[in-house]
Amino acid sequence: MTRYSIFTLARNALSYHEKWAAAWRSPPPKSEYDVVIVGGGGHGLATAYYLAKEHGITNVAVLEKSWIGSGNTGRNTTIVRSNYLWDEATLLYEKSMKLWEGLSQDLNYNVMFSQRGVLNLGHTLQDMRDIRRRVNANRLNGVDGEVLNATQVKAMVPIINTSPRSRYPILGASLQRRGGIARHDAVAWGFARGADARGVDIIQNCEVTAIRREANAVIGVETTMGFIKAKRIGVVTAGNSSVLAAMAGLRLPIESHPLQALVSEPIKPVLHTVVMSNAVHGYISQADKGDLVIGAGIDSYVGYGQRGSFSIIEGTLAAILEMFPAFSRIRMNRQWGGIVDVSPDACPIIGLTPVQGLYFNCGWGTGGFKATPGSGWVFAHTIAQNRPHELNAPFSLERFSSGRLIDEHGAAAVAH
Amino acid sequence: MPRRWLIDAGEHSILLIECPWCGPRCQTEFSYGGEAHIVRPLDTDALSDDQWADYLFMRKNPRGHHLEQWIHTYGCRRWFKVERDTVTYRIAAVHKVNERAPGEYE
Repeated sequence: MTRYSIFTLARNALSYHEKWAAAWRSPPPKSEYDVVIVGGGGHGLATAYYLAKEHGITNVAVLEKSWIGSGNTGRNTTIVRSNYLWDEATLLYEKSMKLWEGLSQDLNYNVMFSQRGVLNLGHTLQDMRDIRRRVNANRLNGVDGEVLNATQVKAMVPIINTSPRSRYPILGASLQRRGGIARHDAVAWGFARGADARGVDIIQNCEVTAIRREANAVIGVETTMGFIKAKRIGVVTAGNSSVLAAMAGLRLPIESHPLQALVSEPIKPVLHTVVMSNAVHGYISQADKGDLVIGAGIDSYVGYGQRGSFSIIEGTLAAILEMFPAFSRIRMNRQWGGIVDVSPDACPIIGLTPVQGLYFNCGWGTGGFKATPGSGWVFAHTIAQNRPHELNAPFSLERFSSGRLIDEHGAAAVAH
Repeated sequence: MPRRWLIDAGEHSILLIECPWCGPRCQTEFSYGGEAHIVRPLDTDALSDDQWADYLFMRKNPRGHHLEQWIHTYGCRRWFKVERDTVTYRIAAVHKVNERAPGEYE
């Protein structure tokens, strides 16, 4: 692996940047691996990376049915924060935040993680009470948080409408200064390059069609490139998790919904932080190249189509204009959808399954991107040790039988 | 007559749902009610935690044909069943609540 630095940049400039080596190999699949990861999104690639880096397991394949990062990793609004309400969720997302903070150096790949702060607006007295409660809970867990009033919000984001006469007046906000955004493609590419350098095979255009079992243990996967033997299989397929679960005869408490996002034409810098609102339901940030990145809620119906209904876009933009009336003249450039795997308590499922050697990491719903490094880190631990790390132990599939749900619905700073 | 299931708005779309009582209406008049025919177990005292979890939380969530419930919230306010493909979003059929969809079990 070529180490990226100012010197390699200068050296390659001499050859007009035409001689950069590919960032990862594309080997044909071997007949057997110690671990097979199904799904080459950010979470799957991070899992492979940490399996190699933290646990020394390098005979690993990542199987991706399309190209890496082509699913939700390349379709989200790239917001990173860890201001969840409940201890279990906060600690999991904060682990991820800590990894984000050193990720570009660790991967030797610039993921453009920008800690520009995340504002979660409050529009009612109850919103403000919830914000105070959440900020206090965060601070008790060592996560930074502040409560701002409307004047402070206006001082930070001059373009926002804080008029008390608006329909949903902004009364204040919570602010997590360590939150921000990252470059989503770079996250997939950086983890892929890092994993590949440690010996992981990244196999694209290879779709898993069946999970083969003997007795109650997995023995491998059938793919469009043939049978691949593996005694441990980690499934990280987001919106397609139920499809993979059905291959192993399992049922999951997951429903797949379209989640849409859109970006505007690029404009000069107007918004240097992330603004989210639970009450009017929309979130917005401005990417480094100038486009406004906008998202909101899921379509209510089950859908695998990577597109949703136009009424959702309409509602999203109405919410954005409630906060930023000045954006009414901005044209939207692109709009798309991803398939998110929504769990009943808006928390992920990471852990073992009733089938031996089969591990699932799913249910991240609308908020998986922020968790990419942490999710990979705990899932790698789970697969390597055949037991969950204490950070992801509460996120087992059994919690739906035991009743110990982690109800982040609405509590987690934004409605899901 | 070709079956309409989408109001075409270029790349974007919105479902056109045929309410069994009111006829074809825009999706925004309806609310989604999830997977159809989840029957509440009757022998509740004998249920294990896993059986409860299966009833409460586990879903088919199929990629493809799906039998689901919708309610015409801003119309007749009646529930009905829709057979819809979850990939193409094409609606194959709608049924009144007391009508049996093909292949549907008791």
